[in-house]
Amino acid sequence: MGRISALLLRYVYLLRSSWPRVIEIAYWPTMQMIIWGFVSRHFSSSSPELTAGGILISVVLVWDSLFRSHISYTLSFLEEMWSRNLGNLFVSPLRPAELIVALASVSLMRTLIGMVPAALLAIPFFGVSVFDMGLHLLAFFFNLVFTGWAISQFVTGILIRYGLGAESLTWVLPFLIAPFSCIYYPLETLPPWMQSVASFVPTSYVFEGMRALLINGEVRTDLLTSAFLLNLFYFMVGVATFFFAFDSARKHGLLLQSGE
Amino acid sequence: MSAVLQTQDLTKRFSKVLAVDRLNLSLERGSITALLGGNGAGKTTTLSMLLGLLKPTSGQIELFSEDFIENRFSVLGRMNFSSPYVDLPQRLTVRENLTVYAKLYGVRGIDERIQELVEEFRLGDFMDRRLRKLSSGQKTRVSLAKSMVNRPDFLLLDEPTASLDPGTTNWIRELLNQYRKETGATILFASHDMREVELLCDEVLLMRKGRLVEGGSPKDLLAKYDHDTLEQVFLQVNRGEGER
Repeated sequence: MGRISALLLRYVYLLRSSWPRVIEIAYWPTMQMIIWGFVSRHFSSSSPELTAGGILISVVLVWDSLFRSHISYTLSFLEEMWSRNLGNLFVSPLRPAELIVALASVSLMRTLIGMVPAALLAIPFFGVSVFDMGLHLLAFFFNLVFTGWAISQFVTGILIRYGLGAESLTWVLPFLIAPFSCIYYPLETLPPWMQSVASFVPTSYVFEGMRALLINGEVRTDLLTSAFLLNLFYFMVGVATFFFAFDSARKHGLLLQSGE
Repeated sequence: MSAVLQTQDLTKRFSKVLAVDRLNLSLERGSITALLGGNGAGKTTTLSMLLGLLKPTSGQIELFSEDFIENRFSVLGRMNFSSPYVDLPQRLTVRENLTVYAKLYGVRGIDERIQELVEEFRLGDFMDRRLRKLSSGQKTRVSLAKSMVNRPDFLLLDEPTASLDPGTTNWIRELLNQYRKETGATILFASHDMREVELLCDEVLLMRKGRLVEGGSPKDLLAKYDHDTLEQVFLQVNRGEGER
């Protein structure tokens, strides 16, 4: 616990050292919310089914929590690579599993810093409160954060094994699942082969569940359970990938060399 | 005296390159040992294996009577390390860096320990400055302070006085010697500064092409090769004219 809190302290110091960084964390989700808020307002008269229950703003905010959780996790790890600090960390008693817990914790913290202001501002700006979803919001939110962490496990594993040359994966990978996630459209919009792929993508269940709740007032625990089980599976595969990559980096002497 | 570190046939192979070849080392408690060798001799590879950053291809490492390869986490808390090739977070201040590493190593009485380090390494003038704002000599001092934050029983240093002026080098040398005397710590370091090695070390180990080819106290080596300086001994051994 002490080692995890030590790393958390390191990231808090980092955030504290730069107010623009803190503001930036909240800036992008807020911009997304504002733009999609106006899009939603525009469509509310011509296509009310698209915007019922504030669905458009809600899905944008919830989707962004996946992206933020992944970026926050991976950027914190990249920070260690950029500053050539991995060598110091890995000769300390810090276990790789503790590094994962610390990165996940800081990711959650940064995601909340980014998402809460945007979600609160959506209330006076557009009269949409994601908090009206109550406990279901927590289920949707944590499922997407979980997906973000699963992707981060893969990315950090690849970074540790192949170095900063693979840095662009950080930005690319979350969008690979976006078309299959059915964020802005129902699952049946996709062609059959894409629907088959989407059935393996946990986020598709989350957004279907959100639509069921916000449009029909229906709670689909089956969808949430499917999302959670898939997330659990991918997270475990991601962790295994990270440990495999870490072991491979130790075999090839890459831990001391990582850096800019 | 008891051995803190023992390696047995420690070997590291990177595909076709044999970086370290059946290395047998034994370091006594409270000793200061220098690992010398030309570029590609296997010094950094050896240090990396002793730090757990690199997995040996074969062989054994026993540290504090524990199997280090299988169980490194139980031992890493008693060790520490400094190298000019590894940095501390540049955006954090010196105080923040030392606090984070003190917590990471489970140091008790963090503020007191940091105050001791401030005095020992004369960090007072720049404790609240970010690392990226420091000169390379100041960064080296911070890195050395970090390496002692947990009062390690086994300290590994890669070119510990790189970037330091002669006066500071001399003072750091005295500090390392003092630390060893007070705590009984074992120090292993790689260096290219032969004067430093001569003044500081009880034992010198010379590596060439991944193998340990010579070893002994600086005095014994000078006598054996009939040279005035360790640099001359190093050059002769490095040419392949010395064999253990």
